[in-house]
Amino acid sequence: MKFLLQRIAFYLFTAWAAITLNFFIPRMIPGDPVQALISRNQGRISADAIQSLRVLFGLDKNQSLAEQYVDYWTQLLHGDLGLSFTFFPTPVSTVIGDSLPWTVGLVGITTIVSFLLGTALGVGAGWRRGSWIDALLPATTFLSSIPYFWLGLVAIALFAGPGSFFPSSGGYEPGLVPAFDQYFIPSAIRHSILPAATILVSSMSGWLLSMRNMMVTVSSEDYITVAHAKGLSERRVALSYAARNALLPNVSGFALSLGFIVGGTLLVEIVFSYPGLGFQLFQAVGYKDYPLMQGIFLIITISVLVANLIADVAYLLLDPRTRKSG
Amino acid sequence: MSEPVLEVRKLRVDYGLGDEAVHAVRDVDLTLHRGEVLGLAGESGSGKSTLAYGLTRLLPPPGVVSGGQVVYHPLDGLPVDVLTLTPAKLRQFRWAETSIVFQGAMNSLNPVHRVSTQLLDVIKAHEPRSTAAGRLARARELLRLVGISADRLDSYPHQLSGGMRQRVMIAMALALEPQVVIMDEPTTALDVVMQRQILGQLAELRQRLGFAVLFITHDLSLLVEFSDRIAIMYGGRIVEEAPAVELYRRALHPYTDGLLHSFPALRGPRRELTGIPGSPPDLRAMPSGCAFHPRCPKAFGPCDKELPPLGPPGDDRPGRAVACWLHPAAEPVPR
Amino acid sequence: MTISPSSIEQVIPGQGAMAQPSAAPGRTRRRRFRFLTNAKTATGVVVLAGYGLFAIIGPWVAPYDPDGRSGDILQAPSASHWFGTTHLGQDIFSQILVGTRSVVLVGLFAGVLATMLSIVIGVTSGYLGGLADEAGSALSNVFLVIPALPLIIIVTSIVDQASDMLVALIIGCTSWAWGARVLRAQTLSLRRRDYVEAARATGERTWRIILFEILPNLTAIIASGFVGTVIFAVMSEITLAFIGISSVSSWNWGTILFWAQGQQALAQGAWWWFVPAGLAIALLGTALALINFGIDEFVSPRLRSGGRARIRTADGRTARMRVGFTPVLAPAAAVPAPRRRPAVAKEGGHR
Repeated sequence: MKFLLQRIAFYLFTAWAAITLNFFIPRMIPGDPVQALISRNQGRISADAIQSLRVLFGLDKNQSLAEQYVDYWTQLLHGDLGLSFTFFPTPVSTVIGDSLPWTVGLVGITTIVSFLLGTALGVGAGWRRGSWIDALLPATTFLSSIPYFWLGLVAIALFAGPGSFFPSSGGYEPGLVPAFDQYFIPSAIRHSILPAATILVSSMSGWLLSMRNMMVTVSSEDYITVAHAKGLSERRVALSYAARNALLPNVSGFALSLGFIVGGTLLVEIVFSYPGLGFQLFQAVGYKDYPLMQGIFLIITISVLVANLIADVAYLLLDPRTRKSG
Repeated sequence: MSEPVLEVRKLRVDYGLGDEAVHAVRDVDLTLHRGEVLGLAGESGSGKSTLAYGLTRLLPPPGVVSGGQVVYHPLDGLPVDVLTLTPAKLRQFRWAETSIVFQGAMNSLNPVHRVSTQLLDVIKAHEPRSTAAGRLARARELLRLVGISADRLDSYPHQLSGGMRQRVMIAMALALEPQVVIMDEPTTALDVVMQRQILGQLAELRQRLGFAVLFITHDLSLLVEFSDRIAIMYGGRIVEEAPAVELYRRALHPYTDGLLHSFPALRGPRRELTGIPGSPPDLRAMPSGCAFHPRCPKAFGPCDKELPPLGPPGDDRPGRAVACWLHPAAEPVPR
Repeated sequence: MTISPSSIEQVIPGQGAMAQPSAAPGRTRRRRFRFLTNAKTATGVVVLAGYGLFAIIGPWVAPYDPDGRSGDILQAPSASHWFGTTHLGQDIFSQILVGTRSVVLVGLFAGVLATMLSIVIGVTSGYLGGLADEAGSALSNVFLVIPALPLIIIVTSIVDQASDMLVALIIGCTSWAWGARVLRAQTLSLRRRDYVEAARATGERTWRIILFEILPNLTAIIASGFVGTVIFAVMSEITLAFIGISSVSSWNWGTILFWAQGQQALAQGAWWWFVPAGLAIALLGTALALINFGIDEFVSPRLRSGGRARIRTADGRTARMRVGFTPVLAPAAAVPAPRRRPAVAKEGGHR
């Protein structure tokens, strides 16, 4: 329990650091990004919205930095992330709310599948050295060196196109209304196969390799020799003794590298024009939509922190040594 | 002397293959009799642990057994050569006939499983028809045997002290009532008090259950007290073999003599501690003749030229064997 | 865009019996750069040297001006345009050649910067302990958990048309955390080694111990962290160019992909527009990853997949080297005592 509390405290600290970072970044923007917008939308913009943007960008020169910081937090705690420039005058929170499920569905699920699949293959490769999986290693190295987005481009060139089963862009058939019905769900799945496969192919090899290496390392531990000496079945030694222990560092590695992975996989959305956070971030960059960029960064960071916490809980359940003091 | 239970014949164990092979165990003959404690001593690098891992075929790559036989005589039935068993047969043979207590009390237990899981899975693997309740009762009984309360079954290894862990390992080694228990430096990692406590317990269990022990250690004084016979290894070969008491009273090989003077005796008269000058031989470049001659205070004529065979010293009683030109064999040991 | 974190994870001590880089400082001096003799590392270094060469001479040997337009619009690869042309008739081969310099420079600069930061933060927090350690590890953990790429994108987007050096600076400042974490863990274990304790006991100055006792033993890990950061930096730079944040006027492989994507190269079937740049990235990444494998195998020799897994025994069977079942090369042909059942004798060893 102590372990978990420590981790939660750390994640709260990290969230605070990210939010504070988010507070300072817009204050480095030269010029006044809001003024142009306001004058362009004269009359169509409410006084409240202007005030909200001013707080976000720290344009109120009469306020001290400390006061601005407090205002920023107050606004944030009310769930107000400002207005998106791209989809003016839609609030950033609405834009994010619309795209978040897509990203969680695509990036979230494929990341977990990739971890599980790569780990399973790694168990095989590490246990039976010199098997066919070992021969795959150089190929997987090459695959993992390819940027996700480029692999996506190749996938589109090869598999998508007019008349193909795989659509080259979007999250669902244009004209359909997002709903849990028999038209929308199959369409959404069809649109997600290619991007998901892209992420899977290039991210799996990392897990394969690290699990293989951990299996090799664990295989020479004393308790593996004891397990062999006990005459246990090969399967039991491999899974219950070797893989079970090799999994621990791989899970903590998974938690630690989530930040890297999520960052990379978001780019796949750009290539496939998939309506998730990555694609929105791309559009926000194009329009210099700072409130949206910041909001997306914040929400990605918090998602990663939550995922980290879940991985920590998994680790806690897997390693009896961390739950020592109940 | 009782009948043999485990006979090692001309066992050779290498690390690596072909020309790069390092010969760690060279033509070792060793017989373990039913119910006896045979001590195997030597400096680190003498090949004593390699011998133990080699004869159980647990040596990790690049170790290979390059020749010889390991003949096991079951209580009923015909003898088998462990080195020719198929993996499936070997798996059945392991633990049921010979179990092992390893050096590292810390790392011998799987850290993520409870003690009970690790005790029960070995029983289940070898006696698939046993009932869960029966296995659990056995596990409790085993822990009691080594003086650990049965509620420790639910503990994880990290919750046990080093001594307790090693006792759990001993309990586990006895789970299937094997004829032979191999112990590789079982108490080296423990403090002296714990060491004596466990050894005492072990001696008592052996009296009761009647298994034979191959006890491997660098601590010769421990063996003198605890074992019936002692074999001394140097440079991958057995250089002397004798009943424990006689070996202690009169070591024939100068190396044995050196070993005896490297440790303070726990009981008996004090001896002067001198140690052995020099360091163990490099297995890649073994000296010619007797491997010990560069360090031997008594080396003379034939020592650096010819390998002395292991055999009974001409004038001595049977039951002793030595490989030294100071005590040339009357005739090779009949095996 | 993974930085192959797993491969670095291997060297964190306390996870199984790790073969330590070296036990004694004296031996290390000679062995420090031995990882360069590993076949994988050597391959990686050779490929990398090729990239280095093109980074230097690329702009001079490029057959065309990368910006120069011509009438050959959207041409497939040919003798005059090896990698084909763009929608403006620019030569893609020249763009790749010229772009190499920017990619290599940014990777190198960001890698050096991040490595320096990771050494300073990782080694000091590992060696000094106490409050410095608390602060150092908290800082690196925060940077580790915050998704780096979105942060880099946002910071870079504030600056209009960010230059290469600025991009490298931003990447370097955000990607040091992994290295720092690994270095801290290794420093912690080195600090407890006898020779470091001895140096401390004799009153050696802290900076001297760090410089002469600790750092030489961290060479392999520092190298591995550096290579990992370079991979990440190159990927990030190309990504930034691809989504059009950094300057689109200077050439790197990401810029090529940016134009290819913007001009619907895919829809027009102009595969040559984006394939060469992607392969250049992948090859560079593979070379760097190979170097890292070599270093990993140097640090923990057990990971080597080399060595023969299958061996021939004396009687012509093949046996497999595996943990738990030591192969028997020459099973005794004639066993006097034991009964040999025919079935057992025939199978005789391992599958």
